[in-house]
Amino acid sequence: MDHIIKNNILLNRALRFFEEIGEFFILCIDVIAVSFKPPFRYRNIIKELDNIGIQSLFVVLLTGAFTGMVMALQSINVFAKFNAEGLVGSTVAISVARELGPVLTAFMVTGRAGSALATELGSMRVTEQIDALYTMGVDPKQYLITPKMIASVIMLPILTAAFDLISVAGSYLVSVIFMGIDAGVFIDKIKYFMDPVDVTSGLIKAAVFGYIIAMVCSYNGFFASGGAKGVGEATTRSVVLSFITILVVDYFLTVLMTKYLPGYVLGG
Amino acid sequence: MEPKISIRGLKKRFGDNEVLKNIDLDVNEGEICVILGASGSGKSVLIKHIIGLLRPDEGSIFVRGIDISRMEEKEMNEIRKSFGMVFQNSALFDSMTVYENVAFPLIEHTRLKESEIREKVREKLNILGLYDIEDKYPAELSGGMKKRVGLARAVILNPEIILYDEPTTGLDPITTMTVNEMILDARQKFNVTSIVISHDIGSAFMIADKIAFLYNGVIIEQGPPQYIKEAKDENLQRFLHTWFRKA
Repeated sequence: MDHIIKNNILLNRALRFFEEIGEFFILCIDVIAVSFKPPFRYRNIIKELDNIGIQSLFVVLLTGAFTGMVMALQSINVFAKFNAEGLVGSTVAISVARELGPVLTAFMVTGRAGSALATELGSMRVTEQIDALYTMGVDPKQYLITPKMIASVIMLPILTAAFDLISVAGSYLVSVIFMGIDAGVFIDKIKYFMDPVDVTSGLIKAAVFGYIIAMVCSYNGFFASGGAKGVGEATTRSVVLSFITILVVDYFLTVLMTKYLPGYVLGG
Repeated sequence: MEPKISIRGLKKRFGDNEVLKNIDLDVNEGEICVILGASGSGKSVLIKHIIGLLRPDEGSIFVRGIDISRMEEKEMNEIRKSFGMVFQNSALFDSMTVYENVAFPLIEHTRLKESEIREKVREKLNILGLYDIEDKYPAELSGGMKKRVGLARAVILNPEIILYDEPTTGLDPITTMTVNEMILDARQKFNVTSIVISHDIGSAFMIADKIAFLYNGVIIEQGPPQYIKEAKDENLQRFLHTWFRKA
């Protein structure tokens, strides 16, 4: 049996894959468990709130503004065929609040802060700084990963809310200022078609995505090996895996929300 | 007298690779014990067992008579406070200043005021001949200075045992000499037991009270430097010959 396992490359890869999945879930459980244990390092959390949240704000706002603007530009032409240009605002607002806001914000944060997080932990691993923490009697998961996880879960919904607001502002700019749609109609249709649950569902997704980004990037960085090349590979893998996981989890969250989130109906 | 550290029947395997095969070693209080061996002989794996970063498959490690090999992580963290470790590449936190690096164990494990921490950090740095570098980052220091800052961090909690992982690897001869003197000084000034893993034969014979030669996962010979120099084992003599022929 051992001989078969040793010589079968595919089987080895499959075993390694399941081993990594196991390691990942153990890390996720460990990090949640230690986040409730003292010492609570508030300073580290505040530093990460700044690093993951505040420093990502500009890129999130920029992406949000242009997403709203381009969506308005595209949908005006379609709605014009049915004399329904007034629906542009509500269309942009609902799709941004429910899907584009949380997903694109998560992508931006992964690209900016998640990759930096993986690189930081990976460098610390290959230069033995993580081993140094162990030897000093400090749990590196609690010291390094927990503050990042907490900050990411807090900041993603806030950044998503900012993305939502600026997207609607961007679509207002294109629709009302550039294309001459009546401002009253634009705002009235948003009020009429949009429910609070559209926003809350997006913010819940954002918090889940925040956790995913922190854990996927931390896992890849924390277990990086093989010097500078290994750190580079860990960073790339953490970004790609975060993107894929976010999209997969987004689908299943949407399915769950249609069943369990009161007032959440597909199609708005 | 009971040895400070005692290793009995230690075995460790990674997959098919048996890295440590039945290691027995005693290190007495105040002694400098150099574990000498070529690359891949299992030195790093052995030192990681001593500080509890790895757990043995078989055998025991006693620190002051307490078996640490099957200890819970929480208890192990307490034991680790009696150790200081100096890493091969210093492993200083590169996002922190020298002061923050050396102060780190005090901040984590004591309730001292900042002024007291600052005083203790300055005192340790000064003992090691480092002045006015508290605000510098590790990237601004030379290799030898990094080693000394690493040692200052390792001794800040006044540990009983210091572990040195390849302290002279990759250093020029003058810095190597400085680091050797630093290890001898540290024993005297901080009254510690030291374990050094190294493949640097010259340094080993300069600083060691006891040398243990690790070959292929087994300690082939252990004893005072003169005994090791005269030991008959073929592998040991081949290893030593590379240096003594040069000398």
